[in-house]
Amino acid sequence: MEDVKLMKGNEAMAEAAIRAGADAYFGYPITPQSEVIEYLMMEKPENRTGMQVLQAESEVAAINMVYGAAACGKRVMTSSSSPGISLKLEGISYMAGSELPCLIANVMRGGPGLGTIQPGQADYFQAVKGGGHGDYRLIVLAPSTVQEMADFVDLGFELAFKYRNPVMILSDGAIGQMMEKVFLPDQKERLTDKEVINKYGSWATTGKPESRERNIITSLNLKSEVQENHNFHLQKKYKSIEENEIRYEAIQCDDAEYIMVAFGTSARICQKVIQLGRDKGLKLGLLRPITLWPFPKQIINKLADTSKGFLSVEMNAGQMIEDVQLAVNGKAPVSHYGRMGGMIPSPSDVLVAVEKELKKIG
Amino acid sequence: MTEEIIIAGFGGQGVLSMGKILAYSGIMQDQEVSWMPSYGPEMRGGTANVTVILSDDRINSPILNEFDTAIVLNQQSMDKFESMVKPGGLLLYDPNGISHHPKRKDITIATIEAVKEATLINRKTFNMVVMGAFLKVHPIVKMDNIHRGLKKSLPERHHHLIPLNEEAIKKGMAKVQIIHKV
Repeated sequence: MEDVKLMKGNEAMAEAAIRAGADAYFGYPITPQSEVIEYLMMEKPENRTGMQVLQAESEVAAINMVYGAAACGKRVMTSSSSPGISLKLEGISYMAGSELPCLIANVMRGGPGLGTIQPGQADYFQAVKGGGHGDYRLIVLAPSTVQEMADFVDLGFELAFKYRNPVMILSDGAIGQMMEKVFLPDQKERLTDKEVINKYGSWATTGKPESRERNIITSLNLKSEVQENHNFHLQKKYKSIEENEIRYEAIQCDDAEYIMVAFGTSARICQKVIQLGRDKGLKLGLLRPITLWPFPKQIINKLADTSKGFLSVEMNAGQMIEDVQLAVNGKAPVSHYGRMGGMIPSPSDVLVAVEKELKKIG
Repeated sequence: MTEEIIIAGFGGQGVLSMGKILAYSGIMQDQEVSWMPSYGPEMRGGTANVTVILSDDRINSPILNEFDTAIVLNQQSMDKFESMVKPGGLLLYDPNGISHHPKRKDITIATIEAVKEATLINRKTFNMVVMGAFLKVHPIVKMDNIHRGLKKSLPERHHHLIPLNEEAIKKGMAKVQIIHKV
């Protein structure tokens, strides 16, 4: 049991960043994710791996520090909660446009505006449909356990560098604040300057050698023809991500007559609903998207052949339901159940909603 | 085996840390655990509660609306959680400060005068007296795993306090009273 720990999701994410060989973290505190920067400040990773941690003067400053470090080919991360992510969006769009790899964690709270400090999932649209301006996509990972909060850090960095694209971990205040058993990954070595040049020297601003032209990192292109070509290139990349990186977990879907679709905390609650429902003879299943973008469309469409219907369970007014509907494509009824503003649905609330829908379907 | 517990009281009573020690003790006996807090922005004085689950299987929802055990340490929590104990479950409370006592007949009800007992040892061991009382009625973790759990969850500079905490746990075990049994 050497590396089993009881940790908050936020702490697990911070420790995982050190162990993933991250070069830097820039952030600004906000509830309910402040434990990320608190843990890093306390742990002093500079003494362990040389990783730099800095509390920026604002969220906007933090994301632009991330931009700068990423442009040098560094593994760099930031995190915040809903209102703070809104502030970072300009920088995120710039990074998507400049094709810069980085990891951004959003530990969501109830909104809109300053909203509440309790958990929410109302930033789904913001995360998967853009948020910032322009035709861009983030790879969005949705952890539903503290273990996944840790595991998705390294996965996020790997995907970010594989596609030269920002990756977002979309979590919420419940998973950030709860403690569970977590097996921590082994320490990865940080890349040396030489290794960064070897791996990313083709695009990163690591210093111009005589052998090549200078690398330019920018999202600005005043010639429309060139900018359109850049967009074609981005779209091709996004298509390849959609083809290769969809992740999901299908829980008791094989014999399910009715399927809930949920991510993060809602997915945990729905697992209890399956148990409660099956105790009453209702064959329920859960499709849990792990990547919210790219969204697991095909499996949902396939499940629509055998399922009587779908319930999208979210801590918002109904956002992911739109993607579920697109995936189901009219084959079966799709409904939504949600709570807002920091309220968390209880398993029995969701079961009542499921039973109501089943009654409607007949 | 799965045990779903809510511990509820005022901030500052040690509700969250009692949950943490229970969770660590669960890890020490190789169980899955979850610790889900709910509290306001206050450091002290606000209501605080924590859902702790210990299970031999994968834990599904960390958020529950019925519990095997409710450990209740103030009136507000009694009002909220008495009805959320599963039939046949356990409600443990400290009668100190409780004016409306529980009325249910389909659950086991136990009391521990934890404020009184803890004052005789060290007032800060209040939560360990309560934990001892709980473990006497529901021995879900072994004493040596609690010892290891305490060691894991307390920073090393506080390890000299472990014997005091264990004394408090034993006190709770000795003084718990079962008021109603199903």
